Amino acid sequence: MANVSLKKVVKRYGREEVVHGIDLEVAHNEFVVLVGPSGCGKSTTLRMVAGLEDISDGLIEIGGRVVNALPPRSRNISMVFQSYALYPHMTVRENLGFGLKIAKQSDSEIKKRVDEAADILGLEPYMERLPQHLSGGQRQRVAMGRAIVRNPDVFLFDEPLSNLDAKLRGQMRVEIKKLHQRVKTTVIYVTHDQVEAMTLADRIVIMRDGYVEQVGTPSDVFDRPANVFVAGFIGSPPMNLLDAVVASAGGRPVGRLIDGVDVPLPGDVAVREGQEIVIGFRPESFAPRGYSLHGAENSLAMTRPVLIAEPLGTETILFAELGGREVQGKMLNPRVVKAGETLEFTLDLARLHVFDKASGKSLRG
Amino acid sequence: MSASLTMEKPWQRWLIRFGVFVAMVILVVPGAWVVLTAFRPNIEILARPAVWIPHQLTLRNFQGIFGLLTTQPGLPVVQYFINSLVISVTSTVVALAIGMMGGYAFARYRFRGKGALFLGFMLSRTVPGVALSLPLFIVWARIGLIDTELGLIIVYLAINVPFTIWLTDGFFRQIPVDLSEAAQIDGCTRWQAFWRVEFPLARAGLASAAIFAFLTSWNEFALASQLSRTTASKTLPVGLLDFTAQFNVDWAGMSALAVLIIIPALVLTFVVQKQLIAGLTFGGVKG
Ligand SMILES: Nc1ncnc2c1ncn2[C@@H]1O[C@H](COP(=O)(O)OP(=O)(O)OP(=O)(O)O)[C@@H](O)[C@H]1O
Ligand SMILES: [Mg+2]
Repeated sequence: MANVSLKKVVKRYGREEVVHGIDLEVAHNEFVVLVGPSGCGKSTTLRMVAGLEDISDGLIEIGGRVVNALPPRSRNISMVFQSYALYPHMTVRENLGFGLKIAKQSDSEIKKRVDEAADILGLEPYMERLPQHLSGGQRQRVAMGRAIVRNPDVFLFDEPLSNLDAKLRGQMRVEIKKLHQRVKTTVIYVTHDQVEAMTLADRIVIMRDGYVEQVGTPSDVFDRPANVFVAGFIGSPPMNLLDAVVASAGGRPVGRLIDGVDVPLPGDVAVREGQEIVIGFRPESFAPRGYSLHGAENSLAMTRPVLIAEPLGTETILFAELGGREVQGKMLNPRVVKAGETLEFTLDLARLHVFDKASGKSLRG
Repeated sequence: MSASLTMEKPWQRWLIRFGVFVAMVILVVPGAWVVLTAFRPNIEILARPAVWIPHQLTLRNFQGIFGLLTTQPGLPVVQYFINSLVISVTSTVVALAIGMMGGYAFARYRFRGKGALFLGFMLSRTVPGVALSLPLFIVWARIGLIDTELGLIIVYLAINVPFTIWLTDGFFRQIPVDLSEAAQIDGCTRWQAFWRVEFPLARAGLASAAIFAFLTSWNEFALASQLSRTTASKTLPVGLLDFTAQFNVDWAGMSALAVLIIIPALVLTFVVQKQLIAGLTFGGVKG
């Protein structure tokens, strides 16, 4: 059993605190992704788990054992670095076997396990090459191979795919997922790419400025973002976020946008009249009539000229004006749309997100 | 690099070649003259007008140094050679050990006063060695280090350690910290990570640092001539002075000994030349 738990973990560099008391429970064999914008403390947190950074305050436990004072080698973890950190003076075979050699395994055992890992990752053709003679994708594989060879309790990944081109990144993402299904281990994976987070994670931890903003399954954070930050961070294209003031129309609470449009609020939000709120809706929830996921009922119809149309094949992203801002909508199974064309859009009210403007917190129950 | 990128016209190429030729002549001729002189009889060397093309070549000068001629007593070259070797090797090895640790510390650790300390080391290199000879002489005389090998070893350490630190700092800086961290996660202690990963990668740099340190000590004359008196500590370069008498200088003998001094340095340089070049260019990219 190798669950990882962080209890009020703090990191300070000198007087500056960069991680502010993080609590996190990673279950045995769970794939947890830390995601957040650059500089939010993802790497720092991961490196504290690895033992590469001192823990300023709080506790980190791996498999129920407090590891605060243990050096990296005693934590039975593996880490894949963004730079891959392959040993330049060792062949692929030596790179893979290095950890086992340090652990004084027998040559036959090393060979067996290295060959096994090479087989899983398709590294056989390059075993005697030096890292400098490998492509980026091959280096990435070697780095992963080096991590799995030692059969660790916990895998740590720090942006392992960010040095690959988009296509290769997609392929490796799938491979990592396959690898996790095959080699069941606890994984903590750091990325700033929300697509990677959504596709790989059992649970996502969204961080900002050294705080955890939300922890949840991909559908949790996508469908029920806890605050404006998470709402804007997860999803691509991002959620549309419009300032509004709560008013009452026909006895029902509405959010009055800056341009005077009233958006009926869902019944389960607790608001008071005059409250400043942020209304959020995903591009999927804003589409021309007949090209949307949602039906006509419980939706708000409006006619808008299209500012820009971005055809992507199976869908077209449409830009229109609402609430004094440019918003993005998604047209499914699209026909050709020209900029300047006027369309009737419908806004899915069932999937509306409502946040308090002052605190940023979600107001949906 | 730029020469291969820009197309040069033939006359430009010839101009460059001519420039290189002139530079090489300026560099090589004095050395070649010394070598030539070492194989010529003193009469021919001192002839006026000068004899440019040697009429006869001889090994007498070398025989003279080793006392193989009956006409003059030999010099204690073997003792000088041993002194030179002991002093140079010891100061190189110790400077490398200290310098490597220091360079590693500067490259990897953050500590108070790091910048100032580093600057201090570099500034110490700006003081010309000769300027130190008088104070050194006085201090060494007080504590009894005049005319000892230890005395010279300490002096050369003081010269070589800052330079070695500077050089190795540059090399370790080029090795990503990730590698040592990866090794530690792979099960190494910090110490093992250093020897297994960082040291092998810095080896070219350390080799060049070693050559620089060795050659500095091997060739040093100004300070050694002040601080050594007898065969107890005299090094080969100081031994050259044995050829100057009150009224005349035995240029032939001096040149012969100079050739003997150059040979080990040349051999050493050739042996590690490949590493040296790799080291120099590697270190040269340092920001
Ligand atoms: N050695 C250090 N000294 C001082 N501050 C540091 C140090 N290392 C990191 N920081 C700060 O800690 C914060 C978190 O850094 P961290 O590397 O964890 O960010 P990150 O979330 O991994 O970002 P990225 O996506 O860019 O890798 C940053 O504000 C950074 O400036
Ligand atoms: Mg990072």
